[in-house]
Amino acid sequence: MSPLKALLNGFKEIPPLRLVLGLCPVLAVSAFAENGFGMGLAATAVLIGSNLVISALRNVIPDKIRIPCFIVVIATFVSIVDMTLNAFMPALHAELGIFVPLIVVNCIILGRAEAFASKNGVLSSIADGIGVGLSFTFALTLLSAIRELLGAGTIFGVSVLGEAYQPFRVFGFPPGAFIALGLMLAFYNMLAKKYKLG
Amino acid sequence: MEAKLVVSSSPHLRRPESVQSVMIDVLVALFPAALAGVIFFGWRGLLTMMLGMLAAMVAEAVVLRQKNIFGDGSAAVTGLLLALTLPPAPPWWLVVTGSVVAIVIGKQVFGGIGNNIFNPALVGRAVLVVSWPAHMTTWLRPLDLATAATPLAPGAEPASLFNLFVGAVPGSLGETSAFALLLGAAWLFYKGLIDWRIPGGYLGTVFLMGAFFDGTGTLPEMFSRGLFHLLAGGVMLGALFMATDMVTSPVTALGRLIFGIGCGLVTMLIRLFGAFPEGVTFAILLMNALTPLLDNLTLPKKFGEVAKLQ
Repeated sequence: MSPLKALLNGFKEIPPLRLVLGLCPVLAVSAFAENGFGMGLAATAVLIGSNLVISALRNVIPDKIRIPCFIVVIATFVSIVDMTLNAFMPALHAELGIFVPLIVVNCIILGRAEAFASKNGVLSSIADGIGVGLSFTFALTLLSAIRELLGAGTIFGVSVLGEAYQPFRVFGFPPGAFIALGLMLAFYNMLAKKYKLG
Repeated sequence: MEAKLVVSSSPHLRRPESVQSVMIDVLVALFPAALAGVIFFGWRGLLTMMLGMLAAMVAEAVVLRQKNIFGDGSAAVTGLLLALTLPPAPPWWLVVTGSVVAIVIGKQVFGGIGNNIFNPALVGRAVLVVSWPAHMTTWLRPLDLATAATPLAPGAEPASLFNLFVGAVPGSLGETSAFALLLGAAWLFYKGLIDWRIPGGYLGTVFLMGAFFDGTGTLPEMFSRGLFHLLAGGVMLGALFMATDMVTSPVTALGRLIFGIGCGLVTMLIRLFGAFPEGVTFAILLMNALTPLLDNLTLPKKFGEVAKLQ
């Protein structure tokens, strides 16, 4: 697959919506748009790195133990991202907390390693990582912006609905994450059916 | 002779009831409690109930794209039940949000009437309690409408059992008057629309747990604590009208009894040992989730079925 095609294909995947993958971070860190955006970019960085290395090593990795090998590569990049965030963006790092190390078990990253990087060339795999990562970031930011708007009346910390708005707080809590994600999935499926994206 | 022989497929036995007639019976049964709410808490109470019903009916009509706003009447029942669980004078948007959430998230998302897992009115109420706890716990004293604490809250002014029975205590719009609720439930019993096992198991468990875990020592004291827990808060409304919802409660006889006892158990656990003063909403929602399991566990033996050979 050519890199350009891989990139466009990656955009179309929108992990939480079309693939219904990577739901743990989507549910856990989407209460505020800033966290969702940060989480999306962190996962994208790991995804690009792991896709690159796994694709480069795909002919060396024995088939039977490929999953542990993938995990080792992914864990390396997660550690790099974790330490970089901690060093340069301590506030965001503190906010995301345990969910940065947990990117290791994010099924999008392992999924792309298994489904794409282990079968395609290095350039295409990087493009796939960028495409899937950015569409993940997009979906996560959109969901967290909606949740923040309803649950706190702000977007990226900027007050939108004013002082008089009485926050619909359930959207800031875990049950609200499930409700909002469910409605978003339903809306996506409606659009996909209408425009035959499926 | 031939003309009298009708060949048709099952069902052969029909009852004249329809969804709409059942819903109208429930509305009739809720009337005494609604009336008590208006008498004790004034015209704001009436307005809240009207708004709740209207918002629920409009939400249902919009989702189903139907012109007849009353439809099968189930939305009106949901809206009224929700309004009865609200404080006497909530802001208008609270009522509307609750009704819309109850109908859209609690009911239509699952496929509409008959398919919902949770009692829609309680879903609406739970969302409101989590989102706006301050508005949802602004209780008014009946008649003079000064703000007051519910008798269940620690440090509230004590209420006599007679006042609790009549309903002259601070509380939600339709939950305070046990007398009015029992009167309405009598109509449902008479019509055969609710089974004694759910309210029986629920109220029995609440009474016993109140007597043994909240009462101290003497027999009359235990008796009055048990009665207090029966009459205070939302237990009567929950046990008679919410837990008995046909869609979200088990169909088997034993399942219903276990369902009722479970509701009572969770309610009292929250009241006595939990962080909230009242636990009816969460107790019934929790047991709603167990309903399919209870139905499976208590499936009666088929006629003629024998135990499997080892």
